[in-house]
Amino acid sequence: MIDMSLPWWGWVLMGAGLAFFLLLIIVSIRRNHGVKRSLFASPYTLWMIIFTILPVVLIGYYAFTDTNGAFTLNNFRNFWDSNYESNKVIMQAMGEAGAAYVSRGTVNVDTLVYSLWMAFKCTVICLLLGYPAALFMADRNMKLGPTLVVLFIIPMWMNFLLRTIAWMSLLEDSGLINTLLKWLGFSGVQLMYNSNAVLLGMVYNFLPFMVFPIYTVLNKMDFRLSEAAADLGCNSYQTLYKVIMPLSVPGVISGITMVFMPSVTTFFIPRMLGGGNTMMFGDLIESKFLVEGNWNVGSALSLIMMVLILISLSILRKADPNGEGGGIA
Amino acid sequence: MIKFLKRCYLGIILVFLYVPIGVLIVQSFNAGKSRAKWEGFSFRWYVELFQDTRIMNALYVTLSIAVLAMIVATVLGTLAAIGIYSMKKRPQAVMMTLTNLPNTMPDIVTGISLMLLFLFTKVERGYVTMLLAHITFDVPYVILSVLPKLKQMNKHTYEAALDLGATPTYALTHVIIPECKQGIITGAMLAFTLSLDDFTISYFTTSPLVQNLSTLIYSAARKGIEPSLNALSALMFVSLLVLLLIVNRRTAESKE
Amino acid sequence: MMEQEHLIDLKDISKDFDGTTVLNHINLYVRKKEFITLLGPSGCGKTTTLRIIGGFEYPTTGQVYFEGKDITDLPPYKRRVNSVFQKYALFPHLNVQDNIAFGLKIAKVPKDEIRRRVDRMLDLVNLSGYGKRKVDQLSGGQQQRIAIARALVNEPEVLLLDEPLGALDLKLRTEMQLELKSMQQRLGITCIYVTHDQEEALTMSDTVVVMNDGRILQIGDPKRIYDEPANAFVADFIGESNILRGTMVHDELVHFSGYDFPCVDAGFGEDAPVDVVIRPEDIMLVGEDIGQISGVVKSVLFKGVHYEMMVDCGETTFKVHSTIMQPQGSRVGLSIVPYNIHIMKPMSEEAAK
Repeated sequence: MIDMSLPWWGWVLMGAGLAFFLLLIIVSIRRNHGVKRSLFASPYTLWMIIFTILPVVLIGYYAFTDTNGAFTLNNFRNFWDSNYESNKVIMQAMGEAGAAYVSRGTVNVDTLVYSLWMAFKCTVICLLLGYPAALFMADRNMKLGPTLVVLFIIPMWMNFLLRTIAWMSLLEDSGLINTLLKWLGFSGVQLMYNSNAVLLGMVYNFLPFMVFPIYTVLNKMDFRLSEAAADLGCNSYQTLYKVIMPLSVPGVISGITMVFMPSVTTFFIPRMLGGGNTMMFGDLIESKFLVEGNWNVGSALSLIMMVLILISLSILRKADPNGEGGGIA
Repeated sequence: MIKFLKRCYLGIILVFLYVPIGVLIVQSFNAGKSRAKWEGFSFRWYVELFQDTRIMNALYVTLSIAVLAMIVATVLGTLAAIGIYSMKKRPQAVMMTLTNLPNTMPDIVTGISLMLLFLFTKVERGYVTMLLAHITFDVPYVILSVLPKLKQMNKHTYEAALDLGATPTYALTHVIIPECKQGIITGAMLAFTLSLDDFTISYFTTSPLVQNLSTLIYSAARKGIEPSLNALSALMFVSLLVLLLIVNRRTAESKE
Repeated sequence: MMEQEHLIDLKDISKDFDGTTVLNHINLYVRKKEFITLLGPSGCGKTTTLRIIGGFEYPTTGQVYFEGKDITDLPPYKRRVNSVFQKYALFPHLNVQDNIAFGLKIAKVPKDEIRRRVDRMLDLVNLSGYGKRKVDQLSGGQQQRIAIARALVNEPEVLLLDEPLGALDLKLRTEMQLELKSMQQRLGITCIYVTHDQEEALTMSDTVVVMNDGRILQIGDPKRIYDEPANAFVADFIGESNILRGTMVHDELVHFSGYDFPCVDAGFGEDAPVDVVIRPEDIMLVGEDIGQISGVVKSVLFKGVHYEMMVDCGETTFKVHSTIMQPQGSRVGLSIVPYNIHIMKPMSEEAAK
């Protein structure tokens, strides 16, 4: 029923990899005092080289070459000035006089800035909503933590596309909210197809990723610390500001990472809830590849995004050098 | 009073999280096709669901890929975790950076980079490429859940097994793997659910001919989602919920 | 003749870890049925020595012989020795019974015999009826016994113990020391024991091996190690001591703390610098005017069986143990029997060798 086809050399490669791994183990049994266990990571290493490193290298390759495979920086110029190619044609055809007709296309840069701005807003909202939630979840007097963790996870089992689409039936002109408003006697509101709808979808999808890491850190925190603070004369607000908040920084940082990154790159949410009125950077990259078929510019955009994310990650890491923030677990 | 406000706040957040799901489930029982208008209760979409070969095919692709990717990733990841655990500091640090790399890369870049790999090597995208992609993003999660269990283990446990006459292979299968069983199971579950829910990476690594549920939903979204898809995800949601309850009951029993 | 009795022989063992030398040309033999203890501060190489015997580390140079056969390259699972690890390393996924039976199952011992031997072991360590318990439900002392049972059930030629009592509290520790010792004597097995606790080493061992910085400083029975420490380090490490700089005036007369004292050691040469070691319990407190030297009691600490007093004698302060307390500030005389003054070559000279 399903086509399992892979080119012959694909199978040969896999076979060779497996054979190589077995050979390594046999050799190490023979030579050493038993199997050298660090070799167990070799199939994974090989896999990562082929399916993670090589692909990233390919993005780099396409980003710095033109369609003929020659080195070029034009893809990045294209990012800066989306009219770059057409401007070049104009200048060639009209010479000096063409300058009047040339203008910089700012679509790509604008989209990036817009995406960053949206992701920033989303992260801030998630933090404002999520931090108190995590704080209350970790409250020992309420004993709600474990149950709430499960309650926060369960919605994620529903396909995320469908959940996002479900928001459409809530928000659209004939949707539940507008129906309710009209029933109450208000006039309908345009809720869909604008950046607020996109923001709502993003916050909805990424909020748990802010709550979990903060909750984990708060939950692991020695509760005697707050008792000690109280003992030393802090009232409960001072305890919060001076003890709990500073100590939860690793969780906050981990949460920011986990929310900010997918927010910059999401392309499904803006496409559904934004209805094409709002283009985000993930959108742009996807369309470069799959609509325009321009791998080179698409790769350049991907590379720019990757670099931006790596830079922001390393800045965030500085604030949490031990990586204490942890993830969902 | 403050306690009550705190509860209220958490309640509101939960309502926010659950409203769309409720809407989805209600819609799946709507007799009509409209998203907004209630035309009466019916199981119509649940019946149609099983007659829709496209959906059934996509379900098959989704589940089979999730299972296969889970198996391969668990084996690969467990071996890798044991390997990384027994490495010296330097190579260990390198491997950990490599393992964290896919986590720090946005899904869309992972998807596109894999797509480029398949285009570059002229491998036709389809079932196998999607499977390869899923394994690739699953393995690090398995490693990251097995490794802590290994680190928690008494560092002499492996030696104790050898000391009692176990060959390295026996020690591996009878001591080390049973001891990090919990981590392996967590990793496998994580891999399965991630694979089940993935859209972005699947979208770039398959062809329109081979679709999983997510890509199917995506391509259907523009035309308007058929309520049978809602019915399907409601079914999957409920079955996961039941599974969770069973697992919970089990662990509660075993604790007694 | 003696050679044949050796069960284990370490010949010129050295071990480097990434360029740092952990063991420096160790030579050591272990006789059958002997309880031998490797004693030293942490990082002295005692655990590494044990791990080399167990087969968990391979020496950089040198050979390990077992009953005369070279076993240097033999992996642990082919050696007829069993270990009790630090913090026990019991298998948490197995119950008590299966932990003990682990080695027997691998050796393919018939099922009913396994059960018999496991039961006998549980009996031996006073834990019969605990077979079905989970390992993490046991107390530290119980886990300790299971770890010993798990090793002993395989009837090893040699039992290796790496600080097995380190995680127990003081009372349990002393109990286990006695129990372990009596078990060893009853079963007649050879034990190699690693500890940094000198008291433990002295109570339990037939032979004590004092190590420091990857070298063996002294090998001997506990009494000899205590009474005749080979150098100031051993003296300092084993029990409490007053270690002083002194000069050998001539044979059987040593000068320290401003006075000449008769002693029994000879052969250091005249006017040679030496280390003088005096145990605090060997200094007698006498009347101020009949002592060899006199001083003022600076502090008094009650230590249970005895009082520990610091006596300031001007040039030096002596630590003195006595069952009779002298009040702080009182003037006392000190007297030392010649036999109790131990003269050694100075440490710096020793190291230069």
